[in-house]
Amino acid sequence: MAEIRNYTLNFGPQHPSAHGVLRLVLEMDGEVIERADPHIGLLHRATEKLAESKAYNQNIGYMDRLDYVSMMSNEHGYVLAIEKLLGIDAPVRAQYIRVMFDEITRILNHLLWLGAHALDIGAMTVFLYCFREREDLLDCYEAVSGARMHATYYRPGGVYRDLPDSMPHYKKSKWHNQKEVNKMNENRSGSFLDFIGDFTERFPGFVDEYETLLTDNRIWKQRTVDIGIVSPERALQMGLTGPMLRGSGIEWDLRKKQPYEVYDKLDFDIPVGVTGDCYDRYLVRVEEMRESNKIISQCVKWLRENPGPVMADDYKISPPKRTDMKTDMEAMIHHFKLFTEGYCVPAGEAYAAVEHPKGEFGVYLVSDGSNKPYRMKIRAPGFPHIAAVDEMARGHMIADVVAIIGTQDIVFGEVDR
Amino acid sequence: MISEFTMTDVQTLADSLKSRFGDSIVESVQYAGELTIELKKDALISTCTALRDESVFHFEQLIDLCVVDYSEYGESEWKKPRFAVVYHLLSVVNNQRLRIKIFVEDSQVPSVESVCDVWNCANWYEREAFDLFGVVFNGHPDLRRLLTDYGFIGHPFRRDFPLEGNVEMRYDPEKQRVVYEPVSIEPRVLVPKVIRHDNRYQGIEK
Repeated sequence: MAEIRNYTLNFGPQHPSAHGVLRLVLEMDGEVIERADPHIGLLHRATEKLAESKAYNQNIGYMDRLDYVSMMSNEHGYVLAIEKLLGIDAPVRAQYIRVMFDEITRILNHLLWLGAHALDIGAMTVFLYCFREREDLLDCYEAVSGARMHATYYRPGGVYRDLPDSMPHYKKSKWHNQKEVNKMNENRSGSFLDFIGDFTERFPGFVDEYETLLTDNRIWKQRTVDIGIVSPERALQMGLTGPMLRGSGIEWDLRKKQPYEVYDKLDFDIPVGVTGDCYDRYLVRVEEMRESNKIISQCVKWLRENPGPVMADDYKISPPKRTDMKTDMEAMIHHFKLFTEGYCVPAGEAYAAVEHPKGEFGVYLVSDGSNKPYRMKIRAPGFPHIAAVDEMARGHMIADVVAIIGTQDIVFGEVDR
Repeated sequence: MISEFTMTDVQTLADSLKSRFGDSIVESVQYAGELTIELKKDALISTCTALRDESVFHFEQLIDLCVVDYSEYGESEWKKPRFAVVYHLLSVVNNQRLRIKIFVEDSQVPSVESVCDVWNCANWYEREAFDLFGVVFNGHPDLRRLLTDYGFIGHPFRRDFPLEGNVEMRYDPEKQRVVYEPVSIEPRVLVPKVIRHDNRYQGIEK
């Protein structure tokens, strides 16, 4: 009879299923997990400390790099916290633009999650399908901000600029002849809103494609059903938020319960799971993509009909127009002061939270009346999620750990900050 | 942004907190539609358990826990203790939020009771706070460093810790291993001045 021993296995930080730089020390009895001890911090960049030495607006760029697959949602949390301290509101059009981009970001995030999660547990095709649609959405990011990922588009008091009137076109190359290029440019002939409006009409069909591949797939179900079950009570105790909480059957969504921006004027539903296993969380996220798509099309409709300003008209926090700067000395001074010294925020503290694709993303700002945050604490949704790996993985097989890390939608940029 | 509805809600919550925990609350502040209560240090665990279990409050979720180092706050000298441990609570049932503050004196080992048994997710938040600020949480089951390097010395988020750090790390091809050395980079600050009084608009406002 062979002797059975307990193993300690080092999973990561260079394992492709470790989603970045997770080092997981697993204590196992044969193939069964007895204890999982995640070691994080390999991507720690001290964003909160860096923010203390920079003016408020200069920190927006750091927010993109927290959860680097849902960039604009991070900015949103930070910008809302500043607006709360300053006591200002963004113009309605800017609020609609923000909501639209939050939902674009949610789809972007869920597509990456779906592709990577499926790839982790053995389905190759979904990944390719998901990245096809991500391309269109990243083009939206690029059209509006100039950057495909790290947009730095939101500002306290609004957004950086209004939506563009045209989309960039593909050009003929040695890989695509003129006929193909014309076909690729078909939905890019109109304005930005035409492009994203066209996307919202196509997208439900794409979600059907993913569901055809996965929802009733026998292997997918064997890998996810009854894996990593979290009861509603434990989910609350462990600080889970977002789809992780809703997968366990708790109907909690900040967009509905504590609406910010214009979410209270939009019509959408909150999908909720039943059993709290990986499969339910998959269903919740797929359904969220459909709901996000609904929100985007409502925003497109509203934005088409209502032109207007997208930035608060206050030179203290927003730069003057370039044309004014050429003729008006006062505007020139405002511009110079804003971009060198920034603005002073009244002393006080505020916590602003948004429903980030991964859960509740909150920013706690303490100001002492100067032009830099005195202390900033980022409440990243992934942080309590990865802490829950231990409890969720106990008693499961080692292959299920990969499914559990996948279902938690871990991105190390936000966990380590 | 701050609707009438939430404002009154905050007022009701403040009143019921005052009548229930009157002796333990040092100060209760409402700012920007949010309620902050400062608790006495020894009343932390009993108050938190009651806040979690009693149906009026029902704060079943600890959303965030962090430490603030107030040693360089504002222009005048900081009168209160140096560290504050800040808890952000959320009630899913009653849809309300609350911020709790505990002030901790700066000493060799600044310490406060752990709330791990009240909210399990405090485990990692407290490890993070210990790592970055050196505040010790008594009764914590496993208080190890979390975010910094293995064998790191110091608590990097304290205000007296330099932004560029103390040591830097590189691979030494001769020794065939990673070596630690004192930092060589110069601190570079884009906005050197801390500006507090913006008098650009004072004439216009009058």
